[in-house]
Amino acid sequence: MRRYSIFAVARETMRGHKGWPKQWTSPEPKKQYDVIIIGAGGHGLGTAFYLAKEHGITNIAVVEKGWLGGGNTGRNTTIIRSNYLYDESAGLYNHAMKMWDGLSQDLNYNVMYSARGVMMLAHNVHDVQGAKRHIHANRLNGVQNEWLTPEQAKEYCPPLNISQTARYPVMGAALQRCGGNARHDAVAWGYARAATDRGVDIIQNCAVTGIKRSANGAVEGVETTRGFIGAKKVGVVAAGHSSVLMEMAGVNMPLESYPLQALVSEPVKPIFPCVVMSNTVHAYISQSDKGELVIGAGTDQYTSYSQAGGLHILTHTLDAICEMFPIFSRMKMLRSWGGTVDVTPDRSPILAKTPVPGLYVNCGWGTGGFKATPGSAHVFAHTIANDAPHAINAPFNLDRFRTGRLIDEAAAAAVAH
Amino acid sequence: MLLIHCPYCDEERPELEFRHAGEAHIERPTDIKSISDEEFMKFFFLRDNPKGVAYERWRHMHGCGRFFNAVRDTVSDKFVMTYEAGKPRPDGDELRAKSKETNQ
Ligand SMILES: Cc1cc2nc3c(=O)[nH]c(=O)nc-3n(C[C@H](O)[C@H](O)[C@H](O)COP(=O)(O)OP(=O)(O)OC[C@H]3O[C@@H](n4cnc5c(N)ncnc54)[C@H](O)[C@@H]3O)c2cc1C
Ligand SMILES: [Zn+2]
Repeated sequence: MRRYSIFAVARETMRGHKGWPKQWTSPEPKKQYDVIIIGAGGHGLGTAFYLAKEHGITNIAVVEKGWLGGGNTGRNTTIIRSNYLYDESAGLYNHAMKMWDGLSQDLNYNVMYSARGVMMLAHNVHDVQGAKRHIHANRLNGVQNEWLTPEQAKEYCPPLNISQTARYPVMGAALQRCGGNARHDAVAWGYARAATDRGVDIIQNCAVTGIKRSANGAVEGVETTRGFIGAKKVGVVAAGHSSVLMEMAGVNMPLESYPLQALVSEPVKPIFPCVVMSNTVHAYISQSDKGELVIGAGTDQYTSYSQAGGLHILTHTLDAICEMFPIFSRMKMLRSWGGTVDVTPDRSPILAKTPVPGLYVNCGWGTGGFKATPGSAHVFAHTIANDAPHAINAPFNLDRFRTGRLIDEAAAAAVAH
Repeated sequence: MLLIHCPYCDEERPELEFRHAGEAHIERPTDIKSISDEEFMKFFFLRDNPKGVAYERWRHMHGCGRFFNAVRDTVSDKFVMTYEAGKPRPDGDELRAKSKETNQ
């Protein structure tokens, strides 16, 4: 791999940018790999990268039915934070948070991680108490989070209206300063390039149609639209399609797939310096480096694989945004889209071995897995390489739905993303 | 927004009047405290989540208020049919063929 650097840019400037090599290749699938990863989103590509980098396993195929990064990775609103309530979640999300810092250097690819801060507003006494409890729990777990008065919140985020006569007055806010955004596509592309460099085959436009198991039940490989590909270890990292793939191996999952929509405005000059979310008004907003306001909705009400959703969900979201930020009421929305998110009963992910020997699953990230990409990929690679979970993801197993040892962020979450 | 036919009102009404209420034809075990953890997990947490024909419960919240069942294609979101709660689950293959027709 030719490293990206200021010298490379200078050299290519002299040559009219004709010498940039391809970032990844499009190889024909081999007959047999050591590991197959199904799904070339950030979590799948990252898993391949860490398998190669940290576990010396390089004979890997990442099989993708569409184009890499075209799933939820390329559709999300890119909010990064780690202020989850429970100890298990703190361990997992904060592991990722620590990795965001330094990821660009590690991949030699600018993922544009921007620690601009994630602010969660409190509008009533209940919100204030909940936020403070959250902050205390986070700090006991070594997770950054702090309380701001309305004036401090306004100083951090000037467009905020802190008038106490507003319909939803701001009574304070929780701020995670290391939270923020990263460029979603760059995360997929950076992992793809770095994994390719270490010998990983990324096979796009190749849908997995079956998972083959031997007489003793163990995984033998996958049937695809481009033929059978063998491997003794297969990792399913397919977000909204995880149920469908696991069903191919005969495993019924505690998952439901819902549409989740987002939209962006026309680009404008910098106006919004951080991420603001309000669980009570149910809205969140940030501004991309291109200048668009990035706004996300809640899930649609019914399960669907359509990668689209109802218009009324979007208008409802915009109602909430305009309620909180009347200055944006005249902004034009440029485009909207949907992804298919896989939701677990406790709203925590599953990163685990499965009842099928050689089959591993990383799913259930639902509406909020982008933030966890590096950490998730890192511990999932460990799980596959060692056929045993890392201490960080051990609680995120499938068995919790039998034992009742849930990680109930559904009940605890300050907000979905 | 979808148009949904309520089998009780016998009318097609906008989606906003309805609430999705999860997978249909899940039977609550009669003696729930005697079942194993494994069986409880299956009943309470595991879901089919099919890509294609799905059987689900809906409630006509802002109408008659009653629960009914529906067959919907989860790729096109088209309703293949709706039927009254308690009626047997309609045959899958026939419906898959029907949903293909309506998809074209
Ligand atoms: C609108 C929206 C907003 C969001 N906002 C946020 C946010 O602000 N912050 C946050 O942290 N998270 C957010 N999320 C969630 C986040 O996007 C996901 O949790 C995360 O990106 C999942 O990454 P992944 O790599 O697991 O899945 P994906 O990127 O979806 O990758 C899975 C891949 O599997 C492939 N696949 C599926 N079936 C097959 C098959 N049969 N064969 C081969 N390949 C297959 C798919 O094509 C896809 O490319 C949001 C999601 C959406 C939709
Ligand atoms: Zn009715």
